[in-house]
Amino acid sequence: MKLEDCKLGGTHLKSSDFEKCKVLTTEWTPNLGYAWDNGVAIGRYLAELKEGKIIARVCHECHRIMIPPRMFCELCFRPTDEWAYVEDTGVVNTFSVARVNWDASRRGPKEPPLIPAVIEIDGATKGMGILHMLGEIGPDDVKIGMKVRAVWKKPEDRTGAITDILYFKPIRAAASKKPAAGRKR
Amino acid sequence: MGMRKVAIVGAGITKFVRRAQETGKELSWQASKMALDSCGITLDDVDMVTLGTAPDAFDGVHMKGEYLADGAGAHRKPYMRHYVGGGTGVFSPIHGWMHVASGMADICLVVAEEKMSSCQPHPQGAFLTIFDHTTEQPLKPTLIWIFALEMNRYMTTYGISKADIARVSVKNKHNALDHPSAQVAEEITVEDVLNSETLCWPVNRLDISPASDGAAAVVLASERVARRLTDKPVWIDGVGMSIDTAYWGTRDLSYPRYVETAARMAYDMAGIKEPAKEIHIAEPYDPFDYKELHHMEGLMLCPRGEAARLTAEGYTARDGNLPVCPSGGALGVGNPIAATGLMKVIELFLQLRGEAGKRQVPGKPTCGVAQAWGDLMQMGTVIVLRS
Repeated sequence: MKLEDCKLGGTHLKSSDFEKCKVLTTEWTPNLGYAWDNGVAIGRYLAELKEGKIIARVCHECHRIMIPPRMFCELCFRPTDEWAYVEDTGVVNTFSVARVNWDASRRGPKEPPLIPAVIEIDGATKGMGILHMLGEIGPDDVKIGMKVRAVWKKPEDRTGAITDILYFKPIRAAASKKPAAGRKR
Repeated sequence: MGMRKVAIVGAGITKFVRRAQETGKELSWQASKMALDSCGITLDDVDMVTLGTAPDAFDGVHMKGEYLADGAGAHRKPYMRHYVGGGTGVFSPIHGWMHVASGMADICLVVAEEKMSSCQPHPQGAFLTIFDHTTEQPLKPTLIWIFALEMNRYMTTYGISKADIARVSVKNKHNALDHPSAQVAEEITVEDVLNSETLCWPVNRLDISPASDGAAAVVLASERVARRLTDKPVWIDGVGMSIDTAYWGTRDLSYPRYVETAARMAYDMAGIKEPAKEIHIAEPYDPFDYKELHHMEGLMLCPRGEAARLTAEGYTARDGNLPVCPSGGALGVGNPIAATGLMKVIELFLQLRGEAGKRQVPGKPTCGVAQAWGDLMQMGTVIVLRS
């Protein structure tokens, strides 16, 4: 068989097909609500965030200090053993400079780009990172390997959520070096 | 392992388009019927049916497998829908292979469908809920973030530039000009990719495959039946899959270990010792251009960090030593998630039979590998085919 010799299905619709009512559509916007239980490990994690602390769980078999904390070790497949506080500082493992919102809409010309990053948390096992945002730094100054510190909401504003940390900021003001060619963000 | 040999004997595919007039059910029917016709059988000959399709949230149809069953030819047959995120399309023939290799079925129809356009205003929105609901979703992530994060880590680890990576997009969109199903085939330059809109640095608009509607299908048969149906069966000689942790922030993002694990499983089954020498043609999943490079390395088709250089040297071009995505891939043909993976398997099927028309790679290839990847960058599915 050759695809070139076959009449293939799949009819491409153009915007004008809808404008001219050439095709009809049925629309529905779901109104679904969810209340997600935080569970044992993440429940404690959030309660500690409310206090301005980051907590991990330790497995005595593989000796990992794990963040986010979990009640079972997915590698050893056994219960984890104890809680351990870790630092609210870390190292940027990787980052992006996002000009797109979660629903693919574009950020406005006056909105600064978002800088999501994976941050390896100090005190946890090397390589254990969490997703969070970077702040107080320009997109061209961010570097992998940069040391950062959590900037917390005021205690009275914290709700026990990952967003109790507003963002992570550089520990030392980064030297503003000219970005390399082709690296404009 | 006491399993029967399984061959692909027929294939069908629709065009991949941004928004199809057809429903998912109608697209499934078009691909399924074409696959049956291509090997001269009817639905009566089919023992079992498997269907791959990605999140229900795209369609807003819960029980999507059941909804699509009629279009997939499953009426009153053993039927199961599978879903492993972006890894679905290559898992589809693996799922069918299980039924035939085990002796449960002599002929299994494998269908993969995706209709992403129903989700408004953009199917990207449906991806919010793949992130952890408590520790990640409140940060309002988009799926592009995690690719951008992974791409940056990959670039930084190996010192690869955006221009090196953009060559993949240029190559695949060029290759797709010869694919009758292609949605976004065009001649572009590295500069075009670098100058396209920056979405989430380092990811630009032309680094990404489009959202698509489309369907694909293959017919699998046991050895005895396959030899009766065709002179050119293409054998499924190895299958593999592997999933990594959903704690993606705790993984080495510069290397897809789970793809390597899946590939080793498939290569062991196929008796492949030196993949870079023994595999003639590859269709790794390329929803983003850097992913083709990442996956070539995970598939052990080249040393780590070397895929970009090989691409620049033309090694992966259609007439290169190792043609990679000669179909045009997700970047060129389009990316209706589940259907994309099966499109890649169909490309190997046609290439190994010498029936790929203008896309035919030189040198009469006899061994190919296809791979898909998905979920929170954690799922690897791999299949090895031989003529």
